[in-house]
Amino acid sequence: MSEPTTPLTASGATASGAAASGAAASEITAPPAGPRPAGRRATRVGPSRRRAAYAAAGSPVLLALPFYVDRFWLQAGLLAMAAAIGAIGLTLLTGATGQLSLGHAFFLAVGAYGYCVLAGDGEGAGEPVGLGLPSWAAVVLAVLLAGVAGGVFSPIAGRLRGAYLGIATLALIFIGQHVLFNAHDLTGGYNGRAVPPLSLFGLTFDDSETVVAAVPFQAMEKLWYVGLLLLAGCALFARGVLRGRPGRAMNAIRDHRIAAGVMGVPVARHRAAVFVLSSMYAGLAGVLLALVFQQTVPEYFGFILSLEYLAMIVIGGLGSVTGAVVGAAFVTLLPQILTRYSEVLPLVSAPGTGGVSPGEVSRYLYGAAIVAVVLFLPGGLVRLAARRGPIEKDEAERP
Amino acid sequence: MTTFVELLLNGLSIGAVYALIALGFVIVFRATEVVNFAHASLLLAGGYVTAVLRDDIGFLAALVVGVAGAALLGALIEFLVIRRYRGRDHSVLAIVTIGVDIVLLAELTRRIGSNVYPMGDPWGDGVLTLGGVSVPHTRVAAFVTAGLIIAAFLLAFRLTSWGVATRAVAEHPETAALMGIRLGRVSLSAWAVAGGLATVAALFLTVFPTPGLERGTSLAALKAFPAAILGGLDSTTGALVGGLVIGVTQSLATGYQSDLTFLGRGIGDLAPYLVMLLVLLVRPAGLFGTRELARV
Repeated sequence: MSEPTTPLTASGATASGAAASGAAASEITAPPAGPRPAGRRATRVGPSRRRAAYAAAGSPVLLALPFYVDRFWLQAGLLAMAAAIGAIGLTLLTGATGQLSLGHAFFLAVGAYGYCVLAGDGEGAGEPVGLGLPSWAAVVLAVLLAGVAGGVFSPIAGRLRGAYLGIATLALIFIGQHVLFNAHDLTGGYNGRAVPPLSLFGLTFDDSETVVAAVPFQAMEKLWYVGLLLLAGCALFARGVLRGRPGRAMNAIRDHRIAAGVMGVPVARHRAAVFVLSSMYAGLAGVLLALVFQQTVPEYFGFILSLEYLAMIVIGGLGSVTGAVVGAAFVTLLPQILTRYSEVLPLVSAPGTGGVSPGEVSRYLYGAAIVAVVLFLPGGLVRLAARRGPIEKDEAERP
Repeated sequence: MTTFVELLLNGLSIGAVYALIALGFVIVFRATEVVNFAHASLLLAGGYVTAVLRDDIGFLAALVVGVAGAALLGALIEFLVIRRYRGRDHSVLAIVTIGVDIVLLAELTRRIGSNVYPMGDPWGDGVLTLGGVSVPHTRVAAFVTAGLIIAAFLLAFRLTSWGVATRAVAEHPETAALMGIRLGRVSLSAWAVAGGLATVAALFLTVFPTPGLERGTSLAALKAFPAAILGGLDSTTGALVGGLVIGVTQSLATGYQSDLTFLGRGIGDLAPYLVMLLVLLVRPAGLFGTRELARV
């Protein structure tokens, strides 16, 4: 894989291009040669300290939001959190390991419907099947179920790569849609099924009101904290994976599969394992999405959703956890904001009035954003933030 | 038995159409090593232009304009986007084409809305009956046209200097460039050809028995991806065989749906993907794809 910082504008294929790429290569290695040790140390401390500062400043705001913001924004924020969890999973697979997946929506669906089936009570005539498990157990099992689904696919996920894997995973989307529309007993068919509310330690996360500090807490307010907690946990875990041994192995597989194999990285096993991990992330994202929507419909988990997740990780910055979160916020909140302010924005008209709807505008925007980000900002939006700071090598190393 | 033969003929015909799409896909892949996920929206764009113009300028002229329009669009994508990324990682390039696809698809679905555009083709809903086996005229036309176009391209690959240049680039881009082949032109022409082929395919995907061009047509085009993968992404023969396999499978699965009710409704749409997965399990590079050999 070519270094994203390489100014390889020439094709590298013509005679002069080959010379140019040689020059470019020396250009990369030359500058850091002198101050490298100092720069190295600074990267270890700098961004993490800065990030800690951001986190310290941001978390009280995030924690206080449910007291001040109305349901619309909380729901939008929760959707963004769920998307962020899913996007972190996809960035582990596509960004860090270089395995293109178009099937992410399938695993989201497994998580969402898995939770419904496991936690639903399944009583009443015509109701879809439910096992009636306690809802916390259903969450855990739904995530494991998504992992198992990923594992079942591992004979393919472990052996294919690049476009072959991308299109093979496309099959998952269609299989998923087929099952969701046809297995009425499990999924409720076209209309989907209601999502049983989460209940934890006697606290039920539904619309029954609990008043906290004179603020009525409904489902969104309560779920907000669940979402924050899950997202923080997922992000930390993914960061640990990326920084540790498995992360090195994953990057090695992405950058040079054969060299990685020669150095003793079990390539197929790692690919399959990352695929399973990424599916579990997607499963958890699916559960959270289901809890926020309170109704799961099969149409949602289609091809477009997979494309959205790819858009998130590319826009945010491939292979970076922060990037996945930023990209998820961008792609999820954009249509919501455009919808909310469609009256005051030029060129955007409310849905159903015949003009360009907010959903379409946001699709133009993030479609174009993918192209522009890869062209002008190979590290994604995260890179933009890092570039303003004094140290950027750490981020620049992750394409 | 009659049903079986009918389904088989229908399948071969629709398979030839898939082969057209897959051929465009493979041509782009060989010339630029880019997996073109924007192919489905190129197809929809060509079909849309044809369907909109046919009332004003007649079917044939509209088809010509549609083919030219999609070819131009393909060339534009190559010139404005893909060319800027030459030398980058190919999986990132694939994602770039996904970005292009999102934009094009959003615009086209907005324009098409919930309308269905009939193609106004000369074949109408006529049916050809031979010895008890009846096949719609459109299917016959699709098979013949697709067959002719594919044959023409295979010959062009063998005989013309364009074909030789394309094959040389597919073999080894740097050496080809050193031999004086202009990579830019080869990839530009590949994208244009892909657009043109996709438009012809769009025509035959939307004529009788389907009602016409609609938003969902691009989903039908997605079935050509398994066709290309099944045959092997870098093999034109693979694209043909893959297309036919997918077409016949889909036709048979749809035709015998009533015997396969335990699999649920709409199994015909799923069958191509299942076949692809089965083939990939056995041959990860597809049926005719080159197995990657690496020297370390």
